[in-house]
Amino acid sequence: MEVYLDNSATTRCFDEVAQLMYKIMCEDYGNPSSMHHKGVEAEQYLRYAKETLAKLLKVNEKEILFTSGGTESDNIALIGTAMANHRRGRHLITTRIEHPAILQPMAYLENQGFKVTYLPVDHEGRISLSDLEQAIRPDTILVSIMHTNNEIGTVEPIAEAGALIKRVNPQTLFHVDAVQGFGKFRIYPSKMQVDMLSVSGHKIHGPKGAGFLYIREGAKVSPIIYGGGQQKGMRSGTENVPGIAGLAKAAELVYENLDEDMDRMYGLREVLIQGVENIEGIRVNGCPGRQGAAHIVSLSVRGIRSEVLLHALEEKGIYVSAGSACASNKPQTSATLKAIGVGKDLLDSTIRFSISVFTTAEEIRYTIQALEETIPMLRRYVRH
Amino acid sequence: MFTAFLIKYAEIGVKGKNRYLFENALVQQIKYALKKCEGEFAVRKTDGRIYVDAVSEFDYDETVLALAKVFGISGICPMVYVEDEGFEKLGVTIVEYIDRVYPDKNKSFKVAARRARKNYPLNSMEMNMELGGMILEAYPQMRVDVHKPDIMLNVEVRDKIYIYSEIIPGPGGMPVGTGGKAMLLLSGGIDSPVAGWMIAKRGVKIDAVYFHAPPYTSERAKQKVVDLAKKVAAYTGPIYLHVINFTDIQLYIYDKCPHDELTIIMRRYMMRIAERIAKETDCLGLITGESIGQVASQTMHSLMATNEVCELPVYRPLIGFDKMEIVEISEKIDTYETSIQPFEDCCTIFVAKHPVTKPNLNIIRKHEHHLDGKIEELVQTALDTDEVIIVR
Repeated sequence: MEVYLDNSATTRCFDEVAQLMYKIMCEDYGNPSSMHHKGVEAEQYLRYAKETLAKLLKVNEKEILFTSGGTESDNIALIGTAMANHRRGRHLITTRIEHPAILQPMAYLENQGFKVTYLPVDHEGRISLSDLEQAIRPDTILVSIMHTNNEIGTVEPIAEAGALIKRVNPQTLFHVDAVQGFGKFRIYPSKMQVDMLSVSGHKIHGPKGAGFLYIREGAKVSPIIYGGGQQKGMRSGTENVPGIAGLAKAAELVYENLDEDMDRMYGLREVLIQGVENIEGIRVNGCPGRQGAAHIVSLSVRGIRSEVLLHALEEKGIYVSAGSACASNKPQTSATLKAIGVGKDLLDSTIRFSISVFTTAEEIRYTIQALEETIPMLRRYVRH
Repeated sequence: MFTAFLIKYAEIGVKGKNRYLFENALVQQIKYALKKCEGEFAVRKTDGRIYVDAVSEFDYDETVLALAKVFGISGICPMVYVEDEGFEKLGVTIVEYIDRVYPDKNKSFKVAARRARKNYPLNSMEMNMELGGMILEAYPQMRVDVHKPDIMLNVEVRDKIYIYSEIIPGPGGMPVGTGGKAMLLLSGGIDSPVAGWMIAKRGVKIDAVYFHAPPYTSERAKQKVVDLAKKVAAYTGPIYLHVINFTDIQLYIYDKCPHDELTIIMRRYMMRIAERIAKETDCLGLITGESIGQVASQTMHSLMATNEVCELPVYRPLIGFDKMEIVEISEKIDTYETSIQPFEDCCTIFVAKHPVTKPNLNIIRKHEHHLDGKIEELVQTALDTDEVIIVR
């Protein structure tokens, strides 16, 4: 039995998405900038994608900027905002549990002379609004908070943060990395007072190499890629038409039965959590119930290195992810797990299960059974 | 401009009656290395020398890089052939050659002429003087130095006239295949690929064995070993990589033997298994990357304990090397970057905090008897499930 439970890393493409992309690549392969019919035809796909995504987010089509994915969207949001607003201020705020696609550009900006405040989180991974309020200064140009944490699935109070930021400093822009949240929650940037929102295609059964950044009209952001002036000069380079159309198609399909699908996924998540809670020495990280995302379960398994458990599950056909990649000679501990207070002994013993609309109840039962068998066996053999 | 290479080989030259065997092997290895290069080449052995002639357009840089990885070659001399159209014409050609190969003329030189065809109108001494004069006349800023010239310009009168002056160093050693075959114990570390490379350099063909311990070691760790074998194979030719699943043996030792002796007993079984494969595949020895005192299992005492389980000689070319010296070679042969990728190998997964550094042979043997019940069966299973990857 093959059980793919690494959907936070990437997802299987919907057939319909792949078929649409195949058609675009082999038949409607024009360059949307070309003046002839082939170009116009290609441009139609971009229109379709903009319309679709704008409608799902309840925003204006003009506010959708296509990118190569989550990392690029985050980079434009951070570096582009810093470059466009550095005369007004040089202070940014983010959290300690962001994805490296936020933390690394922030580190880069710190090198360039910007100041960054990193908000702590509680043991479930949530920021405190009063910490945020205290951190905002007159020269704060940007706050970036992730919607859903990729390692533990905790959902941040985005709407509350948006209202707070605009109350304390209306000049401050608010960016949300929604790579794990989009397609799982109904997210409406304007209602949440979000100025920018990053989304990636391959986390929602779309293609890799395609994503978008919502940028509220009027938000001051500079491009970071220059060239032929596509997308009104905000992101030069021939548009990835098949990728963009595939992204939009995937989003459309994900939203079709969003509520039912999420109910079902929350159910599966609950079954998995309850199933493993009977196994001795297991800690479930993140938020219980609906305060966490439906698709992510993070487990710390005492006494077993995550990589070993991962490969042992792999032998049974189950694919998961190591909560914090770690090898004996190069420890890379997870900032998120540290920030929520996971002990040193468990940092390297954490694995992540992430489910999708394709996951079945049988697969979850099989996984629980595999854990029940594997964990005691692996605990017999440990490094002394 | 160069259309051929004169291949210099130092050590083969001093061989006696079997010299031709070494030369033939070198020709074979050169042909094999050139297969990967763009263009057609003829490799010929004449007058006690090996020439590589390009018989089509070819990529000079790629060809030199390929030749520089053939063991047995001490130097590669890029060469031009000219037809004998009289001495005057030769002088013009030589002057042109100097101009094209040495844009910077602020150099000393010496002409070294040689005649295989003795009926050439000038003798060697006359050729040296005349050609030297022509060069000086064309480029007055150059000067003659007969003792330590920057440029040693060789002009040889044969079927055609051969001109060469540059020597690109080769790896030295002896052509692979002239020295039998040995089995390398290849881990993912820095040392073992270097050890294999050094023994191969002496003309030895290499096969390798890797001990895989899923789920404790990952598929990527195995891929890393394949990648390393590939880097070494660039010098040695195809390597048969035996991947042995070692998990059950390792867990069984863990269950039955004292924990601080786990590594040493494990290594004894690795040596036993490697030797069995080696004997089955006609290898004449084992190769390890051990160096005295580097880790607990490489002290003199530990080496003695692992050595005693083998009948075949165990070659340890790095035995007296410091880590830095090994790193230097691994950088030279381009295995370093791959070696330092952080994947756990089977030697470290259960390593004790304080493994024995001075194992007592009698005690080790005694503890190994705890394994008597099942170990032979496990070893046999491991051998039966040997996965062979041909790396080239």
